[in-house]
Amino acid sequence: MVASTRRRQLGRSVSVIGVGMSQFGAFKEKTSRDLFVEAFQDLMNNLDEGLDVEDIECGYLGNYSSDLFEGQGHTAPIIADWIGITPTPVTRIENACASSGSALREGIMAIASGMYDVVLVGGVEKMTSLPTEGVTDVLATAADCIYEVPAGLTFPGIYGAIAKAHMDRYETNLNHLLKVGIKNHNNGSLNPNAQFNVTIKQMMERRQARAEQRGESVPEWRDELAFLNDPTSNPWVAWPLRLYDCAPITDGASCLLLTSSEIASNFTQKPVQIVGTGQATGRPLHAAEELTSLSAAKHASSQAYQMAGITAQDVQVAEVHDCFTIAEIIASEDLGFFEPGAGPRAVDEGRTSLTGDRPINTSGGLKSKGHPVGASGVAQVIEVFHQLRGEAGLRQLPNPDLEVGLTHNVGGTGGTCVVNIFRRG
Amino acid sequence: MSSELRDFNSNSFYAYLTEGKLMGIRCKRCTQLSVEPRPLCPSCHASDIEWHEYSGTGYLSTFTCISIVPVRMEQKGYGRNNPYCSGVITLTEGPRISARLSQVDASNPQTIKSGMSLRIDFNEIDTDNPILTFCPD
Repeated sequence: MVASTRRRQLGRSVSVIGVGMSQFGAFKEKTSRDLFVEAFQDLMNNLDEGLDVEDIECGYLGNYSSDLFEGQGHTAPIIADWIGITPTPVTRIENACASSGSALREGIMAIASGMYDVVLVGGVEKMTSLPTEGVTDVLATAADCIYEVPAGLTFPGIYGAIAKAHMDRYETNLNHLLKVGIKNHNNGSLNPNAQFNVTIKQMMERRQARAEQRGESVPEWRDELAFLNDPTSNPWVAWPLRLYDCAPITDGASCLLLTSSEIASNFTQKPVQIVGTGQATGRPLHAAEELTSLSAAKHASSQAYQMAGITAQDVQVAEVHDCFTIAEIIASEDLGFFEPGAGPRAVDEGRTSLTGDRPINTSGGLKSKGHPVGASGVAQVIEVFHQLRGEAGLRQLPNPDLEVGLTHNVGGTGGTCVVNIFRRG
Repeated sequence: MSSELRDFNSNSFYAYLTEGKLMGIRCKRCTQLSVEPRPLCPSCHASDIEWHEYSGTGYLSTFTCISIVPVRMEQKGYGRNNPYCSGVITLTEGPRISARLSQVDASNPQTIKSGMSLRIDFNEIDTDNPILTFCPD
């Protein structure tokens, strides 16, 4: 049998028993270790039955580039020290923006192998230490630095080229992209941990109010779409992508605790089981099979669906990697929620909103919640955990039979994709 | 150095570029063409590789016009008020490659068309720091 199509199973079942995250935002005075301590305290304070720190047997930390952002390599033992768990082994996992999605897979396999019962998984990124141009350079190192970056391609640039290809091939237009941002900000406005927990409409009204206060002429916009179509309020970053098509630069940390499912009930009456996991790699855009899809996402999701014994149609809530608005649209197609090219229409019809039949990025997504790259994969799991337990506050989905959730975490422009599937109970 | 002796790597690729040649590889076993020189065929994993000179013509598959620029491009005068264009080019021989686009109006992306014919622009390729560049044919 071909290795890539073999049906894989975990050696034993693994569950998430608790989650924690720092505030996401721009925090000049905080380093990675400060951010992670915040997330860890949130986790420990919110465990249903509590846990002795000494019970943590092992840890995996997703982090993209503390080296370039903060001049700090070998980050895992420092974090372990700051949360007081030395000499517990902790390993840093780097897979660009999919670092903590990959760290989670390592944690899952560490328990499934039978070696450990209780594993800490987290992610952290401190990004605002550099100016925007510097962050652009660091993020570009996730692309091919010999054949893509010298061609002038940046991270938004490559996704811009994907967006243009999607627009050429299907009926996708600029407003479809902007509507993804509007939807995610609507969701993020209900998330107290989000970096931008405001709607686009509120941002528009704030700008008008500021202009009025300063005695300047107050710009008039018919609605949010008019605001987003105005190049003075929403400048180009990498045409056809604008500022509001891009996830922000964010400082933040996230973490969760995994246990073998057989002991999960010692820690909580409401565990969330990991029923499927998949990961795959892809080639640079110019070498990819298609310019309108990430093949790694298709492979990773097919592995995860197969392990979970479900199809895309069974997924009731999904957090997908919307580092750019176009990325959410192609994710919704690659994951099989919609046919190729049908993603934009689904956005138009509101199918991916909180009240739609296919809710995507209820947390606000990377766009509104923020994207501290190494922390994003685990932060996605935190939202699915809350939704499946009915603890998502104002953004809780109304579906009383919510059981199955999915996370889709991408590194670079599809060099890595990790998909995990979760089930309540 | 005789072309037969050059290693199949990026140093050779960029050295050829400064000499006015777009050189990639061909797998002798499966005949697969690749632009990026490498010692193993990405298709059949064979190491029986030979150099292949490309015509330097092709068409624009997709592109972007970049306004928030990396530090290296900022030093060349690009930025918010002076975007540049980069894209994916499908070469006449089949493989694709990422490249800069010269002689296009990146401030007016609507004037740049996917599918347009392109050729390699050796005039734009700086010998000290070669960047693969194409222009409308």
